[in-house]
Amino acid sequence: MIWQLDLFLLMLVVICALATITVKDLLSATIIFSAYSFLMCLLWAEMGAVDVAFTEATVGAGVSTIFFIAAIFRTTRRSKD
Amino acid sequence: MEGIVAEIMAKYNYWIYVVLMMIGFYAMIGKRNLVKKLLGMNIFQTSIILFFVSTGAKKGGSIPILDKQAALQGAVDVNLVVNPLPHVLMLTAIVVGVSVTGVALAVMLRIYRKYGTLEEDEILHKIETE
Repeated sequence: MIWQLDLFLLMLVVICALATITVKDLLSATIIFSAYSFLMCLLWAEMGAVDVAFTEATVGAGVSTIFFIAAIFRTTRRSKD
Repeated sequence: MEGIVAEIMAKYNYWIYVVLMMIGFYAMIGKRNLVKKLLGMNIFQTSIILFFVSTGAKKGGSIPILDKQAALQGAVDVNLVVNPLPHVLMLTAIVVGVSVTGVALAVMLRIYRKYGTLEEDEILHKIETE
């Protein structure tokens, strides 16, 4: 565990989380959330939790993004806040 | 004053987890769009999982995969491997989180078919005027 890398990744994660809830377009919010999940996966791999990182990369960044995109295409893309 | 700053800096990662959790909590309560609320719930979940996984991490700890012969011959030096117990528990939490997301999105599709919108205030207004 390298603390410089840890702090850098944590900063990026916080920026991605803030961007996810600020962006008005739901499709962009979903893509930024996918980047957030991937950064989270890097954090776990860096902490030595390789199995959790593996699951997050497939399930969090992959499947849940596809679920969100499918739901947004069937409903609406705009959001008021 | 010096002591407090040193205490905060020593556990910087815990403070950032709390910040992430509060971002997710704000999105769940303050945002009106249902998809935004669900994204906030996901952020909340991952911050808690991050906290639990970080409790198992050690300075100088390697990944918890051991050579079988070496492990059978002598006791394992626990200072050289991270604790794998929180990893296993949080693996279940990730899978549960994705299934909750799927069910919530299915409910949102039904709501959109019935009311034609995903904004909370508009849905409430339509329920009241019906």
